Amino acid sequence: MTDITKEVIAPPRSFLSQDAIQVFYRLLAALLICAVLAVLSDSFLSLGNILNVLRQASLTFFIASGLTLVVLTAGLDLSVGANVALSACIAGTVIHKTGSPALGILTGLACGGIVGLLNGIMVTALRIPSFIATYGMLWVLNGLTYWYMAGETLHGFPAGFRQIGSGYLFGLPIPVYLLLVFLGIGTLFAQRTIWGQEIYAIGANPVAARLSGIPVARRLLLVYAVSGTMAGLASIIFLSRLNSAEADIGESLTLPAIAAVLIGGTSLFGGVGTVFGTFIGALILTLVLNGMNLLSVSANWQPLVTGIIVILAVWLDMKTRRRAQ
Amino acid sequence: MREAAVVAEPNPLQRIPGVAIVLVLLIALFSAIAPGFLSVANLSNVLVQSTILTMLALPMTLIIMTEGLDLSMGAVLTLTSLCVAIVSLATKSMLLGLGAGLLVGAAFGVANGWLVAILGIPPFVATLGTLGMAQGLSLIVSDGQSVVGIPHSVRDIYSATLLGIPVPIVMALVTYAAFHGLLYHTRFGTYIFALGGNREALRYAGLSPNRLLIAVYAIGGAMAGIAGLLMTARMNSGHPTAGLGLEFDAIAAVAVGGTSFERGNGWLLGTLLGVVSVGVLRNGLNLISLPSSVQVASVGVLVIVALFLDGLRSRA
Repeated sequence: MTDITKEVIAPPRSFLSQDAIQVFYRLLAALLICAVLAVLSDSFLSLGNILNVLRQASLTFFIASGLTLVVLTAGLDLSVGANVALSACIAGTVIHKTGSPALGILTGLACGGIVGLLNGIMVTALRIPSFIATYGMLWVLNGLTYWYMAGETLHGFPAGFRQIGSGYLFGLPIPVYLLLVFLGIGTLFAQRTIWGQEIYAIGANPVAARLSGIPVARRLLLVYAVSGTMAGLASIIFLSRLNSAEADIGESLTLPAIAAVLIGGTSLFGGVGTVFGTFIGALILTLVLNGMNLLSVSANWQPLVTGIIVILAVWLDMKTRRRAQ
Repeated sequence: MREAAVVAEPNPLQRIPGVAIVLVLLIALFSAIAPGFLSVANLSNVLVQSTILTMLALPMTLIIMTEGLDLSMGAVLTLTSLCVAIVSLATKSMLLGLGAGLLVGAAFGVANGWLVAILGIPPFVATLGTLGMAQGLSLIVSDGQSVVGIPHSVRDIYSATLLGIPVPIVMALVTYAAFHGLLYHTRFGTYIFALGGNREALRYAGLSPNRLLIAVYAIGGAMAGIAGLLMTARMNSGHPTAGLGLEFDAIAAVAVGGTSFERGNGWLLGTLLGVVSVGVLRNGLNLISLPSSVQVASVGVLVIVALFLDGLRSRA
């Protein structure tokens, strides 16, 4: 009973009023963290550190933005980190073998996209719950990557390619420009296109969405494919920034991406959230981790803190939604 | 109440084919292509190596029956294994080590149950969060290093025998018997069926589904504590990544064993056969010199196929 009333009351799109307030709160939280860190650490407000935070946040954002669309449909993609690792290793091999960064970038994006498509097929055609299907995919990809790399490390890429992840343009890191581009595309796609609105509708009430003629399966396929392709994009940035690829680079990426989505106010239950919120979420998470770093807290604490943040974010989301009703 | 338990028990005849066919096929396949697979030494090795997984897969069955999931089990096992190592190293006492492992495991289990039952957070996200926490704590307590030099009393658990049977296997069999008794022959077991199938009925019967759920997750955490002791004994050390990903093998065993992810009915014997299937698969691939990465990938494929078939059955 409660489920039905909840779905009727919850508006599928309310980005003007409620979402704007939610995003405002989160911006405030980010500013507060900045203020605290500025007091606690001398080096926080240095230009180098701020650019570093932005660059780091953009990496989390690329993975998290595609994931946001998946979560908007009340799904989850746990395979994004493993997808980044596989795509990076394959793209790196292609660049080494052919000497062509363009070909490598295309392969990386394609690899990520195909993995995403397979996730979508498992969720739609095979009707496996998304979190368990993508969790299975995580281990399949993990196994494939380790087998493919066989303990090797790819190292040393063309200087032009390395510019993507570590270069600057007018004083700003290039990933930050990419972040702005994809933030714009993602926001426009989600808020201003019919497909985007259909994704919100599917998340808010899949049955109603199907009955009103939305091709649910095709939209879900699209959403998982986009999530995979964004993981592919992230793999390219990683590859070019680290100038190396190893099988284990994806292991610490999934939880932060999920954390960014959830901190950003996207509801696990679907239909509520924005890509811009996810950007703020990525920023908040990066600020916290950066702050711990500056205060010389061991990196060993990062998974613990990220885990606590994930749980807190879901709990807060559920509390605000309950109050809204 | 006893009758309800009997009714809720699934008809094994419907199920035996699935997991038994998988197991027989795997054994036939590896007997044919893997040299040395069908030796007594190797098969007993498979069974001994499956004991840790048994300890995780049985409680995972109960958790999945409540339409839940525990992704944190592998990370909690890692943490409890480290606790066993650290405490037994400091006190020279195996029992105190086990106590510490049990305590930490059960605490994580209660936390999982609390997040799922009281706060209502979806199980896969709640336990993903605690996974991160357990992984982080493992790194913190061990400082990223192995804990070595633990007392012989811990290591001997893995290599000792009781009446000619390796102690880990005895422990696994006792665990199985306990879970079988708990699920099929106690009221608590009946309630577990109801947690997945009909939570409202529990409420009308004046029971607290929340407390029962917490108990189920707590059992999972405590079992991860006991499995932590076996893990430490097996490796003769504590290692901050020892058990990561083991929850996946446990989920695989449950899925292959025919417990449904959607209907709240579980089958413990199926899980046990599932555990052996996963063990045989890994061992066989190992014998034909395929790296552990391929083993991981094939377990992943196994899970997806099993879930697909489960979905087909639930729609049929």
